Amino acid sequence: MKAAEDSIVTTAVDEFLAWGKEHSLFYLLFATACCGIELMQTGGPRYDVDRLGMIPRATPRQSDLMIVAGTITHKMASRVRTLWEQMTEPRWVVSMGSCANSGGPFSKWSYSVLNGVDKYIPVDVYIPGCPPRPEALIDGVMALRERVRRYRTLGIRDRDPYVVAGHEAPFGSHPGKEREATR
Amino acid sequence: MSALPFSELAARIRARFPAVAERMSENRQPWLLVPAADLLAVCQLCRDDPELDFASLCDLTGWDLLRYPAQPPSDAIVVAYYLHSLRHRHHLTLKALAPRACCTLPSVSAIWPAAIAFEREVYDLLGVQFSGHPRLTRILLPEDWEGHPLRKDYAYPAAYHGVPHARAGQWFEDGPARAPAGAAPPAGGAA
Amino acid sequence: MSSDLLIENQHGERMRLSMGPQHPATHGVLRLLIDSDGEVVSRAVPDQGYLHRAIEKIGECVEWAQFVPYTDRIDYVCAMNANLAYCVAVEALLNSDPATAVRVPRRAECLRVIVAELNRISSHLIAVGAMAMDLGAYTPFLHGLAQREAVNDIFEKLCGQRLTYNYVTIGGVAFDLYPGAEQEIASFLDRFEEEFRRFNQLITNNRIFRERCAGVAPVSAEEAIAWGLVGPNLRASGVDWDIRRDEPYGIYGELGVRVPVGRGYAGARGRVGDCYDRYVVRLLEIEESVRLIREALRLLPPKADKPSDPLGGHQADVGKQLRKPPRGEVRVRTEAPRGEMGYVIVSDGGKQPYRVRCRTGSFSAVGIFEHLMRGIFLADIVTIIGSFDIVVPEIDR
Ligand code: SF4
Repeated sequence: MKAAEDSIVTTAVDEFLAWGKEHSLFYLLFATACCGIELMQTGGPRYDVDRLGMIPRATPRQSDLMIVAGTITHKMASRVRTLWEQMTEPRWVVSMGSCANSGGPFSKWSYSVLNGVDKYIPVDVYIPGCPPRPEALIDGVMALRERVRRYRTLGIRDRDPYVVAGHEAPFGSHPGKEREATR
Repeated sequence: MSALPFSELAARIRARFPAVAERMSENRQPWLLVPAADLLAVCQLCRDDPELDFASLCDLTGWDLLRYPAQPPSDAIVVAYYLHSLRHRHHLTLKALAPRACCTLPSVSAIWPAAIAFEREVYDLLGVQFSGHPRLTRILLPEDWEGHPLRKDYAYPAAYHGVPHARAGQWFEDGPARAPAGAAPPAGGAA
Repeated sequence: MSSDLLIENQHGERMRLSMGPQHPATHGVLRLLIDSDGEVVSRAVPDQGYLHRAIEKIGECVEWAQFVPYTDRIDYVCAMNANLAYCVAVEALLNSDPATAVRVPRRAECLRVIVAELNRISSHLIAVGAMAMDLGAYTPFLHGLAQREAVNDIFEKLCGQRLTYNYVTIGGVAFDLYPGAEQEIASFLDRFEEEFRRFNQLITNNRIFRERCAGVAPVSAEEAIAWGLVGPNLRASGVDWDIRRDEPYGIYGELGVRVPVGRGYAGARGRVGDCYDRYVVRLLEIEESVRLIREALRLLPPKADKPSDPLGGHQADVGKQLRKPPRGEVRVRTEAPRGEMGYVIVSDGGKQPYRVRCRTGSFSAVGIFEHLMRGIFLADIVTIIGSFDIVVPEIDR
């Protein structure tokens, strides 16, 4: 009788799901430029993000988190969007490095670089740096985990609406707004 | 098996092609100006002649002369061929001019396959057509991009697929010294 | 054998695969359009440009010295070598007119060799590690990364950055060594040699790894030259050419660089210039770099008080020269880990370059892919991409 009591844990299903998600953020191995090397080194032996339950996945279908590491050009942008659409919900996006945030060192002069990946996909966390150190990336992921913890799969979601800076999204209405409407 | 100095290389080529001219850049780098009509034959000679033996094309690039303070002023696009011989260890620079009005040169990709990629790049960024190239399409920019960005009169496009450019319609260089003669920056239009 | 495979399979089912731009084995955002017949590739066409960041155009918009940080981004795996290539080219331009000549202090030249070779080690480690990872061996990659972290630590203390250093400047280097750097570099090299032996035990002689690379996509010397391969890819085909030895810049002429070439290292099934040769040549170059760093440390003159001291300084004064450089053009080649990094610089005498052109090794390596990827197995594509050690921004710039 005693043993049975001890082995029962009562919790809200939602909290349980959020707890699970928070501790197993699989990320998409998606590196375009220099920041990708730092992303690799973050997964490497010294910083070892595996200990946070973050395991790189090669396909978007298996990943919860997309770390946009590096410059996104106009030619690449629609592919990024496709990748993001292929991820299963709930999905999160971390924009790593100045290039993904705003175009970084290329924003002023380049004709082919997109000024921020948030023109195409909604971004949850921005990490500044060129490139950000692995510590900064881990810090950004910790901020994201805060967000994941508050995510409710079944109940009322207290997730901030997507904040998209700058221009209108190019593909009709913005994906964030669409999702808000379906909640 | 001996490296020839530039003067001898030039003499060997000019013996066969008198239209080829010896030139020197302002900082005393020698090169040969090859007329477009002779280009293929000169390149063939450079590769096949055992004394020249330029088996490798180390670089093929170009630039726009539009704002270069050269005398006389020119609006042509220079295409430069940097040849190197691994056997004799000597170098040669050939240049050909492609005037804006008829921006075409013969392709050397049949002589050096390395030129396939290089010529596509020059076509993409500078808009020089290479006749006889197996697949002359854009290599770096998307197929539907407008204009050739390394030309000196290229202005930022207004938008690409609905995403506006931060500097739409501006010229690349600022300042009066560099403004193109007689042209105002276009009002938000592509080049 | 390969073309027979293609004929035998002609009645199979054709399919078209798009590999990339997001694919873990294409080392970034390269895309390959593959026509395959079952497992046999009949044609593979690379599609590049997904990372075209207009760096050459930016070169025309910024001042001479401001372009150095952008060279970091051309090749971020070996940013020191990329910095060096541009700076050597600008110095050659300035030196073409006696009125603007610069003389790089000797200590700076030694420091350049040290950082460039350290970076070559860490770049080749990524190259061979990533190749092993693509073939399914994840552990060697982690060993490579661990050593790369050690190099990064040294660079971070030297210039404050882990990846994009902006350390080599026109006329010297940005900072002198920090106290105790010589000992730290020397002891890193000792430790590294030990680790390197372990790395080789783990993967280089691994039978599975060797068999998967042996005889795959051999490139003959003539082909390699005609297709414009450079650097380790060229040497793996048996061509004895290294710009550090044959057209030396800086103090490389005094160091007596030894150049490894491919010899069909994989044994009975190996051919000269196959994937295994390209892999082994990189490993041999790592060993040579270790020796060069030791040599350069030995030659390092003591530090002087004045930064522009011609012997013990680290940065010559170039401010005046860069405001009014000579008009004209230069072409300078340097040996980066991925082969020749050559700059064509055209100057109209202004304070910005008129045209900066960077010729890189990966660009021509991708050019040969279509030629090589014909009648091979689908699985070999990954081996080939890995063995050529491409870095995407070098292709696209
Ligand atoms: S932010 Fe800096 S380091 Fe990161 S991709 Fe952009 S240029 Fe490279």
